[in-house]
Amino acid sequence: MPHVRQTIAPLTDAKLRKLELKANDIRQDVLKMLTKAGSGHSAGPLGMADIFTALYFHVLNHDPRKPQWAERDRLFLSNGHIAPIRYATMAHAGYFPIEELATLRQFGSRLQGHPEYRLLPALENTSGPLGDGSPQSVGMAYVGMLEKAPWHVYCAMSDGELAAGITWEAALFAGKHKLHNLTWIIDRNNIQIDGYTEDIMPLEPLHEKFAAFGFTVLEIDGHNIQEFVDACDRAKATWETPTVIIAHTIPGKGVSYMEFEPAWHGKSPKAGEELNSALKELRTLGGKIQSEME
Amino acid sequence: MPLVKAAKLSSKVFHKDIPQLPTRNGFGDGLVIAGERDERVMVLCADLTESTRTEAFKKAFPDRFVQLGVSEQSLAAIAAGMALAGRVPFIASYACFSPGRNWEQIRTTACLQEVNVKIAGAHAGISVGPDGATHQMNEDIAIMRVLPNMIVLVPGDAIETRKAVLAAIEHNGPVYIRFAREKTPVFTTDKSPFAIGKAQILHAGSDVAIIACGPLVYEALLAAKELEKHGVTAKVISSPSVKPLDEATLIAAAKQCGAVVTVEEAQAAAG
Repeated sequence: MPHVRQTIAPLTDAKLRKLELKANDIRQDVLKMLTKAGSGHSAGPLGMADIFTALYFHVLNHDPRKPQWAERDRLFLSNGHIAPIRYATMAHAGYFPIEELATLRQFGSRLQGHPEYRLLPALENTSGPLGDGSPQSVGMAYVGMLEKAPWHVYCAMSDGELAAGITWEAALFAGKHKLHNLTWIIDRNNIQIDGYTEDIMPLEPLHEKFAAFGFTVLEIDGHNIQEFVDACDRAKATWETPTVIIAHTIPGKGVSYMEFEPAWHGKSPKAGEELNSALKELRTLGGKIQSEME
Repeated sequence: MPLVKAAKLSSKVFHKDIPQLPTRNGFGDGLVIAGERDERVMVLCADLTESTRTEAFKKAFPDRFVQLGVSEQSLAAIAAGMALAGRVPFIASYACFSPGRNWEQIRTTACLQEVNVKIAGAHAGISVGPDGATHQMNEDIAIMRVLPNMIVLVPGDAIETRKAVLAAIEHNGPVYIRFAREKTPVFTTDKSPFAIGKAQILHAGSDVAIIACGPLVYEALLAAKELEKHGVTAKVISSPSVKPLDEATLIAAAKQCGAVVTVEEAQAAAG
């Protein structure tokens, strides 16, 4: 029998608007830290900004003042190269000072180019080599089931890394044990470092693949925070299977010259006009919303 | 020159009827004791329950035994996830598959994270003979000892393998234990000293130092006995702790003897 579960609070209109503004601020910090570092990945972090904001400011049961709180939800990151979005969101959530973001990728910094578990509290795992996060989330969820633990396990991963066989080994295991306390979140942005996923190694039909492995599969617009929160809610209410949320996202979301461009998968904006135009565009977000920072 | 008393070796060490057991049996025995001593201990197996001797643990602790099928990469990473959740998982397969196939997962998820994953490499070395070259894993010691935070143990007989398992649960961090399939002489006893980071001098001598690990330690003892007939005294050192190596003992022996021979079931280039 499924054990007691923590629920996710209803998302009010006011909270939703606050989250959208927060995601916009976090995107700007992501760009600033990447420019300061002089290298790093831009497209993935921008594309996952809405989801990470929703996770840290609404979905996760956690306490930044007690990062090792035993009952916290566990968020694994499998595609470690999108670390800037995790760092920026964690800083905004209160895990460490926002000023520290400027140390990204520097020698001695806690914010390495790919995240290191031992350096920063509440990073649940070290990641970088693609495919290693999902099986770790599965191992964690298995113990959670064994111990009837109150926490939920999430794992954010990329679509490109699904070509790694280890992901499907982990999926077989999650399906076998019906790990209902496990939710995978796939950044379905259709790009990877060498180009478009469907050119390099087609993943479709992705929905059917995961369904065949025993997952409940939910597809959402990854920039619609309401849809993402609803999907997380459904995942928690699903006691029969693990859940995978296929989040359709736009790589480089919010910066028009980066959007949909595989070239921006693995590079950072240059200081000056490149950074400034991107920040300006984000501050207005197509004129729809105004940033709290203005 | 005699056997060293402090090594507390079997009284039958040079008898023809010395009892023989595969080192893997000591792994199986050790797991059951480890399971009793520490309820965090789990065993993960990749479709080789009987031959890696994890059957007894499975019977004793069915809820702490996990079958993964032929999937060695996730075997390592799933174990790391369990270790992050506070468990002490042992992963058991043949050495040619684990760590042969999942070295990167072991490096990233067990070593860099420095978590309690214990890796058991069975059927290692050339002594697995008839299975052929694919299964004769002679590279595992080399690839494991270069990993950060990894302890590498190559016990010499079934009793020492049992002790290695129990030492592994006392150590906080990843440990690799290598063992073999074939029956080999049980030359140590329950009272023989064993510790991570320590080598033991089993046979005194001063003309040459023979340093060995795994079942070949016994062959080194036989060689020492043979050398005696030729007027050569050999110091036989058992070094089951390949990493960390007991440098003090080995360097002292090299200085004293002036000649060193190492005996391992491994590629020569891996030494």
